[in-house]
Amino acid sequence: MSFWTRHQVFEKNSIILIVGILAVIAIGGLVEITPLFYLKSTIEVVDGIRPYTPLELTGRNIYVREGCYLCHSQMIRPLRDEVERYGHFSLAAESMYDHPFQWGSKRTGPDLARVGGKYSDDWHVTHLTNPRAIVPQSVMPPYSFLASTEVDTTMIADNLRTSRMVGVPYTDDQIANAVADLKAQTDPDSPGADAFSKRYPKAVARNFDGKSGAPTEMDALISYLQMLGTLVDFKLYNEKANLR
Amino acid sequence: MSQASSSKSMTIGESGLAVILTVSAFLCVIGAAKAVDAPFAFHASLGAVASLAAVFFILNRYFDRPAALPALEINGRPNYNMGPIKFCSVMAMFWGIAGFTVGLLIACQLAWPVLNFDLPWTSFGRLRPLHTSAVIFAFGGNVLIATSFYVVQKTCRVRLAGDLAPWFVVLGYNFFILIAGTGYLLGVTQGKEYAEPEWYSDLWLTIVWVTYLLVFLVTLMKRKEPHIFVANWFYLAFILTIAVLHLGNNPALPVSVFGSKSYIAWGGVQDAMFQWWYGHNAVGFFLTAGFLAIMYYFIPKRAERPIYSYRLSIIHFWALIFLYIWAGPHHLHYTALPDWAQTLGMTFSIMLWMPSWGGMINGLMTLSGAWDKLRTDPVLRMLVVSVAFYGMSTFEGPMMSIKVVNSLSHYTDWTIGHVHSGALGWVGFVSFGALYCLVPWLWNRKELYSLKLVNWHFWIATIGIVLYISAMWVSGILQGLMWRAYTSLGFLEYSFIESVEAMHPFYIIRAAGGGLFLIGALIMAYNLWMTVRVGEAEVQSPVALQPAE
Repeated sequence: MSFWTRHQVFEKNSIILIVGILAVIAIGGLVEITPLFYLKSTIEVVDGIRPYTPLELTGRNIYVREGCYLCHSQMIRPLRDEVERYGHFSLAAESMYDHPFQWGSKRTGPDLARVGGKYSDDWHVTHLTNPRAIVPQSVMPPYSFLASTEVDTTMIADNLRTSRMVGVPYTDDQIANAVADLKAQTDPDSPGADAFSKRYPKAVARNFDGKSGAPTEMDALISYLQMLGTLVDFKLYNEKANLR
Repeated sequence: MSQASSSKSMTIGESGLAVILTVSAFLCVIGAAKAVDAPFAFHASLGAVASLAAVFFILNRYFDRPAALPALEINGRPNYNMGPIKFCSVMAMFWGIAGFTVGLLIACQLAWPVLNFDLPWTSFGRLRPLHTSAVIFAFGGNVLIATSFYVVQKTCRVRLAGDLAPWFVVLGYNFFILIAGTGYLLGVTQGKEYAEPEWYSDLWLTIVWVTYLLVFLVTLMKRKEPHIFVANWFYLAFILTIAVLHLGNNPALPVSVFGSKSYIAWGGVQDAMFQWWYGHNAVGFFLTAGFLAIMYYFIPKRAERPIYSYRLSIIHFWALIFLYIWAGPHHLHYTALPDWAQTLGMTFSIMLWMPSWGGMINGLMTLSGAWDKLRTDPVLRMLVVSVAFYGMSTFEGPMMSIKVVNSLSHYTDWTIGHVHSGALGWVGFVSFGALYCLVPWLWNRKELYSLKLVNWHFWIATIGIVLYISAMWVSGILQGLMWRAYTSLGFLEYSFIESVEAMHPFYIIRAAGGGLFLIGALIMAYNLWMTVRVGEAEVQSPVALQPAE
């Protein structure tokens, strides 16, 4: 019986055909995806990685909501020009608490993986309100509405709790104080600021949008942008320890 | 009105679906009342209205229909179910034009950013998913459902399985599109490319898609032909694999069951791998396998020639579906994804060139002995040129997946150009060709209203594609070179914004190309509309047509 005759078993039986298809398409995905969950070398061991503060997480959700990832990557490749332009190449560890990941696939605008600390808060407020006020050739959409939209804090504790369920190590303390921490991060002189700093060591508390009053979406987004790529101290990072 | 004969009763399907939809309407009202955000309230309300409308239609149809359901055969010939196919064909044309229009708008936004209007729902970041979903899932999806339901009936010589099920599939799918699309404008997104719809849209799509799979599979099982026609292998692989990909990429935990926001189960590098396993195979199975099925039915049918090689179709079918799944990591070259996965992705992407060209050869060589028809039949020309574009972009793809090439092309407009040579040239043209064939068949018309208009559509759209992809090649390669250019002193030569500025003329050319493509589609819509309205009815031939094989 030739190969072609044998193949008729698929051509004449829809159930055998569908089982055959399922078997054939399963292999590639299983081989490429499963090891990523158990190979220890997949994610480097680094100091400094922490979950997002409630304000930063809110900012990140705005980043996702507005589709920023469609024009900005957050993934610096280990190529000479990228490392010189944007900084140390991105580590897998730096996005380990990202649900979803925001590595992006297109650079209509520059990479943002290490944009944190590169510009002042004031620069970001002006730029987000009207990008062409600062960069005349820019094609970025303006986001002035962020400054006038207050952050809705009602669901923030639930956001942290849900993140914990998918693997982000938020503590009970952090979840219970989510609303207070969110407000304290925009008001460094408030009584809650010390408690916030204890819960999120090294996280920066500032009035990001420069305006008094309740935290706005502008505050949240800038707090997120300003922490991007700042968690790992590359002066202390030991590359050799993480060779793979 | 209703012939209240004693023998007439509701089928289990009718009563069951009516009950389920009533419950669904009730749940949607509760969801709308308890919603924690406005978009969720809006979508729950839409769900309630749609469920009630569906219940009304089920009851109305029951009262109007005769006691017996439509016969499976009439005078020994299958009584094909064409209603859902007609609906999908119309929706395909509608969503196509909507999707191309949004595409043109966002192309113009990149050339003239003032067109973002500083409003949340008109900014590029929200409109871009609307464009991609509208053209891929709304336009492409409706073409695939329409043609698959048509081809599976004709090549199995049996009526489509299910009574209400096919209608549930086509209406449910388009309702999914409505929820997903309005969600993007309101900022409801998962933030994963081509998988933006949130958890509740994903759940709904799962129900619809499983029904689609069942309708297709049961129709296959009831076939009157001993062999399953080759196009149906591709349709089956497409439907099944999309279900697997959808379930693998989208598991998410909602923050509240009454809210739109969710967090995806996967994080960081694993999420990246899942995403591009999904993303690349949405290309491989939605935009390739599904449309290859269209090629395998419509080209032989239109050219009135048999498929060039049955054996080639066997080999390239299994090779294509096996190799495609591996290719995802080429979207993640030089990223924090482990190198071994990148290497696998690249290797399999290069191998994928062969089965892709196997399909192209099989499609093109089917024209053997009928090449002269390209001069006289613009519909066939459209179908054949689509296969040529398929060959071109499946050569370009493996080339771009080579790591050194990718280090230049990744993150640039070259990728956008590559996608559009496949999307406009291959998927667009093969869909147009199929719809030009399908509409006269479905509405029982002798021929299209005007072949001359098809010719105009073909040339205008072709010029549009050429403008689009050549503009993106130049801008993409220019971008890539500017980013890595060094001065003689060893400094980076260009700031990022200088590369943005250099793109401006190409963004205008791209928008012009997209505009031409849209004009072509508008000509097509007019032509199809006139075909249905004033076309000459075809006299039914007494002999059943043989399926092409």
